[in-house]
Amino acid sequence: MSILVNKNSRIVVQGITGRSGLFHTIQCREYGTDIVAGVTPGKGGITTEGIPVFNTVAEAIKATRATVSMIFVPPPGAADAILEAIDAGIDLVVCITEGIPIRDMVSVKAVLQTSTTNLIGPNCPGIITPGECKVGIMPGHIHAPGKIGVVSRSGTLTYEAVKQLTDVGLGQSTCVGIGGDPIIGMSFIDVLALFNDDPETEGVFMIGEIGGEAEEAAAEWIMANMTKPVAAFIAGVTAPPGRRMGHAGAIITRGKGKAEDKIRTLQQCNVAVATSPTRMGEAMLEAMKKSGSPATMAQVPTNAADKSTVKTSLKS
Amino acid sequence: MNIHEYQAKEILSSYGIPIPRGLVALTSDQVERAAKMMGGRCVVKAQIYAGGRGKAGGVRLINHPEEAQEFAKELFGRSLVTKQTGPQGLKVRRILVEEAVEIAREFYLSITLDRMSSRYIVIASAEGGIDIEEVASKSPDKILTLTIDPFTGLRPYQARKIALDLGLAGSVCEDCVALILNMYCVCQEKDCSLIEINPLVVTSTGWLMAMDAKITFDDNAVHRHREYPDMVDYSQLDPLEINAAKYDLSYIKLSGSIGCLVNGAGLAMATLDVLKECGGEPANFLDVGGGATREKVAEAFRIILQDCDVKGIFVNIFGGIMRCDVIAQGIIEAAGAVGCTLPIVVRMDGSHVEDGIKLLQESGLNVQIGASLGDGAARIVKMLAQGEQGHVNTCQ
Repeated sequence: MSILVNKNSRIVVQGITGRSGLFHTIQCREYGTDIVAGVTPGKGGITTEGIPVFNTVAEAIKATRATVSMIFVPPPGAADAILEAIDAGIDLVVCITEGIPIRDMVSVKAVLQTSTTNLIGPNCPGIITPGECKVGIMPGHIHAPGKIGVVSRSGTLTYEAVKQLTDVGLGQSTCVGIGGDPIIGMSFIDVLALFNDDPETEGVFMIGEIGGEAEEAAAEWIMANMTKPVAAFIAGVTAPPGRRMGHAGAIITRGKGKAEDKIRTLQQCNVAVATSPTRMGEAMLEAMKKSGSPATMAQVPTNAADKSTVKTSLKS
Repeated sequence: MNIHEYQAKEILSSYGIPIPRGLVALTSDQVERAAKMMGGRCVVKAQIYAGGRGKAGGVRLINHPEEAQEFAKELFGRSLVTKQTGPQGLKVRRILVEEAVEIAREFYLSITLDRMSSRYIVIASAEGGIDIEEVASKSPDKILTLTIDPFTGLRPYQARKIALDLGLAGSVCEDCVALILNMYCVCQEKDCSLIEINPLVVTSTGWLMAMDAKITFDDNAVHRHREYPDMVDYSQLDPLEINAAKYDLSYIKLSGSIGCLVNGAGLAMATLDVLKECGGEPANFLDVGGGATREKVAEAFRIILQDCDVKGIFVNIFGGIMRCDVIAQGIIEAAGAVGCTLPIVVRMDGSHVEDGIKLLQESGLNVQIGASLGDGAARIVKMLAQGEQGHVNTCQ
């Protein structure tokens, strides 16, 4: 089982005729993903690599019943591409594009909140349900089907984590890269909630980094709601303040967004934090062993009283 | 992207926001002349890409033009170290000379992105002119915030509420409403991630004025504003960082001796973390992009080698789809072209790993292969500790 994408997902690729759009479309199809359509305005009617290309997302959905859009449109037009997909009523949009202006994303986010569409990204590696469906640019071969959900703000660091998980024998139910921008679609909490409700996911590994307070919010949500073990890693313990560390969202501003604060909050909320990026797989394995069998994990935690105290103290 | 205070003020002024009369000077003679034009009594302000200038001695109230010239000579000759610049400070190349204004009241006002709500917010406080972070942590009740709906934009009644809450009344209150609305226009039309007026003042004669201003542009929106690259003062940036930006590489100079070349921002941060854990000090953060290409790896290598502090290099590429033999060729070419003899540890993951490792081992470079992230980091730290550097970095 999995969240958001599976073997029945039907993918339309926006920006399919671009260089990286086409390259990754082929990679996804080779992995077994059902790519049913492409969209490039002005190129409707042609086929590329045997995939029919349409002028609009609405046309593509009408003709192919696509359920998921993967976006490779360059930054100036990417926000428009997301809005078009939302307007066409698609279930899920996965936006790989890096470099969308903040002002554009403020509008996209506001529209998103009034729609039923889910957005993953932008500036993300995408989503993969191992063995079933890959919608993104991650290397498929490092993944193994299994029971661990992975949610991350990073790209290649997620690959590192997934490889470590696979190496210690923990396969993955679904891996979601939520993106490294200050404004993104689905948050840690949105994805954690889906993993919590997914009967086949037995534990979650979460990868955060400096900047913003999304990890702190997720920690409190985990404390209050999560019935499955969560392990985490936060990148950037040694990052200098005020500098943007590659990702648009990875910056410590006004004393906020420090890795230490995130790690401390996560630990206070019973999340096992890997002290080093070399021990991410181990940390997840230990958290799984500690929690016992899947049956135990599904039960309501016995120390609910303690938990509520900590949560109150955090808020005060 | 940062700009200077005087540039931010020029933009605000073009949107009808009142600023003090002022002139930018590049020499101490120009500063003297500007001071004369201001009538002798003036404020001399060092222009650098960092805040905290006042406390660091970069701003002074001057009474005579000669005094202005003396102070300017002193400023132009040194680097200004503020709590935002780091220990090496920033060189002063431009000075703003402004008329001295009698201040009755000071406020704080800014518009910035709130990540939690994914919206722009207005932040205001009657405690102006001082460190807003301090106010926020010590007395958060003195901070006013207002979330802006992107569909309606900022409305006059909302701006009025802020002005009233700041304790303004009458015509100056309505002036403040107009000022806040204009500030929002700047934010939208110029794609700012931050506009800060601190302090916003009411003068003794009852006028509103932006005494200090800071604007940060959204890096992602530069394609919509062709004038932005011309506004950059390159003297305020690290030369290696300027060079890296030309090749679309994300590079940040740090203080250690281990040059780092990594693909992906998260992995690059994690690599610095592991190096420190192993007792090493990274010389830089460098992200060549998730899908590292041979050309980018080669360029990144050249940039790292231009840093004379670098005594060894750690390459960490989680290629995935990328072919490791192609990456290895990039490393060998770049290292060969500059005659690099420094110790190198390469950790690669992806397709054709064996071919890549073989190429590196046969290349004649002083290279070791890291089996994993941890192993690679430990190796480069050990190579440096054992004094294997022996060979000098031939950077110019």
